[in-house]
Amino acid sequence: MADEIKKAPAPLKVTIDNITVEVPAGTTILKAARQIGGEVTPPAMCYYSKLEGSGGKCRTCLVEVAAGSTADPRPMPKLVASCRTNVMDGMVVKNITSERVQEARAGVVEFLLLNHPLDCPVCDQAGECHLQDLGYQHGKEGTRYQFERRTFEKEDIGPKIQLHMNRCILCYRCTYVADQLTDCRVHGVLDRGDHANISTHISKAIDSNFSGNMIDVCPVGALTDKTFRFKNRVWFTKPVDAHRDCPECCGKVTLWQRGDEVLRVTARKDEWGEIQSYDGKPGWICNTCRFEKKAAADWVIEGPTVVNRHSVISQGHYQGMQMPKETIQDVMSGLNPRLLMDIHDISEVNKIELSQLPGAATSANYKNESTKSE
Amino acid sequence: MGRKLLLEKAHIENIRSYEVYRKEGGYRSVEKALKTLTPDQVTDEVKKSGLRGRGGAGFPTGMKWSFLTKPEGVPRYLVVNADESEPGTFKDRYLMEFIPHLLIEGMVTSSYALGSNRSYIYIRGEYAWIAHILEQAIEEAHQHGWLGKNILGSGFDCNIYVQRGAGAYICGEETALLESLEGKRGNPRIKPPFPAVKGLWGCPTAVNNVETIAALVPIINEGGEEYAKIGMGKSTGTKLISACGNINKPGVYEIDMTISVEEFIYSDEYCGGIPQGKKLKACIPGGSSVPILPANLLLKTAKGEARMMNYESLADGGFATGSMMGSGGFIVMDDTQCVVKHTYTLARFYRHESCGQCSPCREGTGWMEKILWNLETGKGRSGDIDLLWDIQRKIEGNTICPLGDAAAWPVAAAIRHFRDEFEWHVTHPEEAQKRNYGLAHYADPLSVSVA
Ligand SMILES: Cc1cc2nc3c(=O)[nH]c(=O)nc-3n(C[C@H](O)[C@H](O)[C@H](O)COP(=O)(O)O)c2cc1C
Ligand code: SF4
Ligand code: SF4
Ligand code: FES
Repeated sequence: MADEIKKAPAPLKVTIDNITVEVPAGTTILKAARQIGGEVTPPAMCYYSKLEGSGGKCRTCLVEVAAGSTADPRPMPKLVASCRTNVMDGMVVKNITSERVQEARAGVVEFLLLNHPLDCPVCDQAGECHLQDLGYQHGKEGTRYQFERRTFEKEDIGPKIQLHMNRCILCYRCTYVADQLTDCRVHGVLDRGDHANISTHISKAIDSNFSGNMIDVCPVGALTDKTFRFKNRVWFTKPVDAHRDCPECCGKVTLWQRGDEVLRVTARKDEWGEIQSYDGKPGWICNTCRFEKKAAADWVIEGPTVVNRHSVISQGHYQGMQMPKETIQDVMSGLNPRLLMDIHDISEVNKIELSQLPGAATSANYKNESTKSE
Repeated sequence: MGRKLLLEKAHIENIRSYEVYRKEGGYRSVEKALKTLTPDQVTDEVKKSGLRGRGGAGFPTGMKWSFLTKPEGVPRYLVVNADESEPGTFKDRYLMEFIPHLLIEGMVTSSYALGSNRSYIYIRGEYAWIAHILEQAIEEAHQHGWLGKNILGSGFDCNIYVQRGAGAYICGEETALLESLEGKRGNPRIKPPFPAVKGLWGCPTAVNNVETIAALVPIINEGGEEYAKIGMGKSTGTKLISACGNINKPGVYEIDMTISVEEFIYSDEYCGGIPQGKKLKACIPGGSSVPILPANLLLKTAKGEARMMNYESLADGGFATGSMMGSGGFIVMDDTQCVVKHTYTLARFYRHESCGQCSPCREGTGWMEKILWNLETGKGRSGDIDLLWDIQRKIEGNTICPLGDAAAWPVAAAIRHFRDEFEWHVTHPEEAQKRNYGLAHYADPLSVSVA
């Protein structure tokens, strides 16, 4: 008997979209679904496993519970937020196999996009935006909304972060970052209902050395890195994993490069778009690493980042790609081809040091000789 | 002639003062409970009484109390919900304003049953003067030994604090209320955990409506079984109804839940009929969140039975042909009222009061309001009614707290029962600006009062 007591509690069996997994007690439906992975996993716009108390708000992760548990197999009358509902033994969950869920989720996406400015063409998040992904999956062409969208003023919250409240989906993640990672929270949610907004209230600068992590947790382009603003589209940049010895943080980052220039530094993300953990500790990075270390020489480069998101950015990524066989050497009996031209001599565009520009790169920069490097 | 248990003495001169209240038999229930009953016995009496929560959901109070977890060394709390912000509901205000000691008396006994040594009254900010009345009553109760340390030598300590809200309907939702009481933004919490397990400051907490707690006084005085004999079926005891709208005598009435809706509207003892000989068009029987009913379905259920003023009968027929007792805010509309305008007004209220946490409620309430405004002002399009229906359907059941449902239900019910009136607003936009749609087929079958 005594042996039995010492044993870990028995794992619980849960079936999600006809796939059964075993998980420890206290696991949420979302976490169990992530264990299965793939399409079965509900999208999560507000939940963030590294932020305590997050989730439950956006309602994109709603699922149907067709049977509560073996002990009480009744279905739950309402759809539940999978990010905040714990698994019971024998629970049967329907996500992509439930029409009700698909319909409700499409509804939530419509609500999220209702007042969204849809300014993806000028938004830095485009290409790695979770709302874009959702829109592609569940959105409809056109809108049924015939009214003016609500707007807010842009706000600089701190010297390196800009807030575009128009794009915000009020997931509250940034407020949890401020609460849990910085010493003194100076921003939060003001007002309520459809006029609720993230603000510092008195336009007070956020200056904490971990504040930059808000940018990484923001699922949309509401919080953007001012040092990267308009510098480039993410899909033109080349992400590489790199690290440095940082006294403040884990120092493990992704550098987003164009040529040798480091345009942006972010924490490394996992397949759910969350910051990666190392030895169970979330790999938040400090503002020094994020905003100050913009030279490749500051970093030890480990190699290309594996981008495993399903979004636009991964359209041209390297994972799983078949490299065509090099044939020139074959036909030239083992000789290497001689390069005939240097692309930089042909194209002026490539001579511009994007990171040296004071603001956004525009066609004027390319026309204007004086801004060329040298 | 129904029995009155709560408001019977409310109009005695100076009943607000401790001396008069005590002379009229006040605080007897505390004596009885603390001297002759154990806390569990008090809860048992509440269970026997069949008392159902008077705040809107109608959940059995005794059962709710028995869910309260009692871990060793962790304080428990009683929080009285006096936020009363539902349009059409003003019964708690009346009770607290006229006979405040009844609430304090009920609270001492309830706190004893629950083991709460610090109990709170969370009152809506706009009831500023009532907060003073309550504080005065608490002060008097202290002076006479009904609060404080070792009450009546029972070893039980209890203090009551009044906390004013700052003008948010959402802070009436029990978990938003607890957040606000803790000094935070009044966002509803995600449940579970329920307050009975993790409530105020993370401790087990019972949140109850003012009227629910006041009902403890007659329950203990008369015994749970006696209390349960009043009323009908699962609607035991008496209920306060705040009646307003197109009636001759708006006000707060205590009913014993055995009378019919027809009697309530037309008899001189209660609402006294509809003024100026107008006809009854529709009614919201339980506060703005519950479905509106047209006259024909209000007075008789779909089965053709007389509809009674109690929990079961008002809900008879589900949402298809019934409504809810809700918080007892009884809003009557005569044939000159416009259902579209009325629905717009409610939609505007819910848009304004949404906390904005979850997307369907935050975005959907504003959308519905805008469409309803277009319909009301003659700019409606033919697809708007179906669109409204679809929006409310996508909000309902998909939100964190019931405010989303409360915003969806009135819109759904108005379209369900008054679709032709909405359509008329689309097809006759100019005429709709000049006159009201009137009665059509919801004709009030009664033109004379029954009393
Ligand atoms: C949006 C919203 C507003 C509410 N407002 C009130 C209120 O003003 N007063 C109240 O007693 N209950 C209100 N409730 C119900 C409470 O959440 C809770 O159910 C009630 O206080 C429980 O008390 P009872 O069991 O005594 O009815 C509200 C609920 C919601 C969802
Ligand atoms: S700014 Fe971004 S992280 Fe913050 S609440 Fe809005 S969407 Fe979420
Ligand atoms: S339903 Fe509305 S009021 Fe309730 S939590 Fe969601 S946004 Fe807030
Ligand atoms: S991720 Fe679950 S509600 Fe947002």
